Amino acid sequence: MSFTHLHELIRMADEKQTSIANLMLEVEIEQSLHTEKEILERMNRQFFVMEEAARKGVETPVYSRTGLTGGDAHRVGAYLKRGTSFLAPQTLQAMSFALSVNEVNAGMGRIVATPTAGSAGILPGVFISLLDSGRYSREDLVRALFTAAALGLVIANSASISGAAGGCQAEIGSATAMTAGAIVELGGGTPTQVGHAVGLALKNSLGLVCDPVGGLVEIPCIIRNGLHAVTALAAADMALAGVKSVIPADEVIQAMYAIGNAMPESLRETGLGGLAATPTGKALRERVFGKKVETE
Amino acid sequence: MKYQSAFEMIGPVMVGPSSSHTAGAVRIGNLAREILNEEPRSVEFRLMGSFYETYQGHGTDLALLAGVMGYSTDHPAVSEADKRATEVGLVYTFKKEHLGFFHPNTVAVLLHGDRHNVDLIASSLGGGKVEVQELDGLSIRFSGEKNTLILYHADQQGFLAKVSHVLDSEGYNIARLSLERWRRGGYAITVCEVDEEIRGDLLEILHTKVSQLKDVRVVRSL
Ligand code: SF4
Repeated sequence: MSFTHLHELIRMADEKQTSIANLMLEVEIEQSLHTEKEILERMNRQFFVMEEAARKGVETPVYSRTGLTGGDAHRVGAYLKRGTSFLAPQTLQAMSFALSVNEVNAGMGRIVATPTAGSAGILPGVFISLLDSGRYSREDLVRALFTAAALGLVIANSASISGAAGGCQAEIGSATAMTAGAIVELGGGTPTQVGHAVGLALKNSLGLVCDPVGGLVEIPCIIRNGLHAVTALAAADMALAGVKSVIPADEVIQAMYAIGNAMPESLRETGLGGLAATPTGKALRERVFGKKVETE
Repeated sequence: MKYQSAFEMIGPVMVGPSSSHTAGAVRIGNLAREILNEEPRSVEFRLMGSFYETYQGHGTDLALLAGVMGYSTDHPAVSEADKRATEVGLVYTFKKEHLGFFHPNTVAVLLHGDRHNVDLIASSLGGGKVEVQELDGLSIRFSGEKNTLILYHADQQGFLAKVSHVLDSEGYNIARLSLERWRRGGYAITVCEVDEEIRGDLLEILHTKVSQLKDVRVVRSL
């Protein structure tokens, strides 16, 4: 079986009366020649790396190597304790964990690419907050990572997960869609509802350009992870409530691909356009590299 | 299909900050090192597109260097690869160059050891996945995700038949086989991906049974 179309994946899960996570696991067993136990253990080890990165920056402030960013996960964590937030505490916690992962990443610390390093905060942010909620076991969550993987494979094979090729929608958008779909399955949603969650989450990320200041995976990457963790939770709730993505998820993925191809190079990870080209963006770049850089 | 494994979407475990600029770059360096098959003495990296524009910020330079020194993508010393390179006497340079019509994150690695040289062009496709585009000037593609044999040989009739016969009788399943040559009857490189782990004795057997074979290198799956 190949991961290129979500509607095929949904049909197969329905036909076999199984979950998308189980389909992914079957394929992994077949391709890798490892046992289910070995594969689950490997994923579990990765989940521990995710957890470590998610908690680190909330517990103590973590700063990037350049000194441009850091400490935001800790700030949000402290604010959460005041009990006056607009967002529900668990949602805000997901945000703080997501921020932490990307702060650790910017400090050249250890993370798990989900699907990329720039977008590595969204999935662990949401998943570790669900672990802390006590509603799902570590085992359930590790299994749900296979749902996320299957959704990621579909997007990667039919469009792109690279900011250089498809803009930030391909990284942050894909991570948001993978997370939303995975937790819909975790929360008891049907494969069709998983598809809607992917469509809804991705639609809300379309057009997002990759414009990191100084070409560094810091500004706006870190805050985008924090905010899109919230989007992923919201899209999952929408889908579980019965809201449908009128444009089918596969077509949304194709739209993302077409939009990515139409994006100028300056908005695809070159660090030359968008936020990177603002006066502050350019000044920060100069501060890090100590020289003037040509921008468009 | 570009991606097949769950661990390409959830993974790799890596040192930040960028899967295409850091993890992918480490892997490209690893590939060049494995093909060289000895300690590198000097290396030149030629980067194109967004790879060059942003390489310092993403630590791509450190990652490529760490890769040719054999570090893994989650090695804590990736961020100090330049210092370590100087300590071990590895000479390195970085240049900007338009290499051709490849993915924007593409680099040429010219690696020199005491006995061998490797001239490799590879792309970082995103999420840490890489693809070799050229080897020693020949258009050769492989990802290093499977165990790969790189066979340097004279282009003569029957070569592929002999190679597949040896692999078959030694219990290897060929996943992909492709031959590229400079000209008919000249120098050629064959890349062969197999499903199994490559045992040490295989290289000897290949050398004895396949007369056209000049050299073999092994790239173990990433
Ligand atoms: S702005 Fe670019 S580098 Fe930053 S997260 Fe988005 S795609 Fe990745």
